[in-house]
Amino acid sequence: MSTPDLSVDLAGLRLRNPVMTASGTFGYGVEFAEHMDLESIGAFVTKGLSLKPRAGNPPPRICETPAGMLNAIGLQNIGIDAFVARKLPFLRTVKTPCIANFFGESVEEYAEMAARLDAIPEVAALEVNISCPNVKKGGIVFGVDPACASGVVSACRAETTKPLIVKLSPNVTDIVAMARACADAGADALSLINTLLGLAVDLAKRRPMLANVTGGLSGPAVKPIALRMVWQVARAVEIPVVGIGGITSASDALEFILAGATAVQVGTANFVTPDAAQRVAREMESWLIDNGVDDVKALIGGLDQESGDRGQETENSCGLRPEKNL
Amino acid sequence: MLTESSILFNKEISPSYRHMRLSASEGFVREAAPGRFVMLRVEGTTDPLLRRPFAIFDADASSGGAVFEILYRVVGKATAILSAKKEGDVLDVLGPLGKGFDLAVPAAEHVLVGGGVGLAPLYALAKELRAASSTVRLFAGGRGRDDIVRAEAFASLGVECHVATEDGSIGERGLVTQPLTRHLESQGAKATIYACGPEGMLRAVAKIAARHALPCQVSLESRMACGVGVCLGCVVGGRRAAPQTPDFRCVCSEGPVFDANEIDWGSA
Repeated sequence: MSTPDLSVDLAGLRLRNPVMTASGTFGYGVEFAEHMDLESIGAFVTKGLSLKPRAGNPPPRICETPAGMLNAIGLQNIGIDAFVARKLPFLRTVKTPCIANFFGESVEEYAEMAARLDAIPEVAALEVNISCPNVKKGGIVFGVDPACASGVVSACRAETTKPLIVKLSPNVTDIVAMARACADAGADALSLINTLLGLAVDLAKRRPMLANVTGGLSGPAVKPIALRMVWQVARAVEIPVVGIGGITSASDALEFILAGATAVQVGTANFVTPDAAQRVAREMESWLIDNGVDDVKALIGGLDQESGDRGQETENSCGLRPEKNL
Repeated sequence: MLTESSILFNKEISPSYRHMRLSASEGFVREAAPGRFVMLRVEGTTDPLLRRPFAIFDADASSGGAVFEILYRVVGKATAILSAKKEGDVLDVLGPLGKGFDLAVPAAEHVLVGGGVGLAPLYALAKELRAASSTVRLFAGGRGRDDIVRAEAFASLGVECHVATEDGSIGERGLVTQPLTRHLESQGAKATIYACGPEGMLRAVAKIAARHALPCQVSLESRMACGVGVCLGCVVGGRRAAPQTPDFRCVCSEGPVFDANEIDWGSA
């Protein structure tokens, strides 16, 4: 069989394959050049940028939890001026689209950032972070209320003609309401999920493991929640969805695509294996060949919702037949 | 550099302390300057998920194949898994990483201060300093006899060793900073200090070094996710911090070895 077509169109941005990297797990791209071929993936997303540099939260900032990790980095970043001065020269040498993730402390700051990034030719698309759970301003406050989210997205939309992706928080009562509000306000695509708010306790010291007390949970532990939210959102909106949450392999990535994602982001796995995204992309191609799929786009949203427990007997790891609950 | 290394031995050297030798490439050994570290993946599972950092105890390509060694303490799930590994098992190794000791600081005497597993990076340092015929003295401390690991290896390099334990089971009773202070006060010569160990010990050593106006390098430990300066999870507070402008340094990429004057010991 001929080489399968892995390319996808994400709101006008052509990706050579659906595999991207998640903001905050891939630096500004340059840091990974020695570990992998940056042109093996569809796109990469920068660490969240702000108008002014940010120092972040006091340590300890991370701790491992079962099949995942909690982080409360606090949006530490070099600021947009240093990004332009120090990171852009490298970005010019890479053909893979760079998506700039950004945030602000007010609607005006979000809009100013969108305008600044719109003017940078090396930035192919914008991803708005309205969902960081670890800072009071510049994140979650805009991501839990549909009206606030709508205001931020409209303000950014007015400042850019580039593809505008909105990254959603899972820490909401109704993810579909948030998704619809952002889509209606002019988002070109939605990415989800950001981390889930969590807590880890040091029993011996009777203290939280993180100085910030709470942090955002990521890694394989969050995958079922992320898949469920991607599936709900992809059915509810017309714009493309980018699936994020615990992806470490091509099968994880393809599950998100079946659930309705047009592309995916590899996050925490980049910490474990610096070339994780490249491996996911390569394995995805092999999977398509092995399964006789000649175009990955044919799988988007292809989840057969009737077949939860039909067909051959399947057992989960507890030895029980899965229950049909949808 | 991401490589697969075979375990050549993995032996207990003291209750809960283990010494492991792994195969390496010659390129790895060239890069393994004293004070640098590796991130080991103990299992290809999702739990434990992240790699764990280990100081390079020794790296050598002179006799037979290229190898490196780590010295570790079994403190949690990942190190428990590591302790059960057998000769011939293969580990996924990322490294050498980080910034090691600065060996270019001239000194009449090089004073190494290690606490427990903090002795690990000091051995590679002692070896390199002794290869250049420098005078090296080690102050090793711990709670008890079991924490004074591989002191004989330092001695065989021609390093004079001073031992202090809190329970007095070996060496003098008390903290390692006692013999260190006595030595520095009795001796007029200019020394350079290199320290690795628990936070309290490092803070005390940094203070002693400052009091004697001696250069002091400390190797810090921190929880890390990536090891390559990207996750920003392992930071420590730096000296240039002010209330509105914190100064955070990545232990993995800006360290793990820092000039003691660069660290905010109040926050660390």
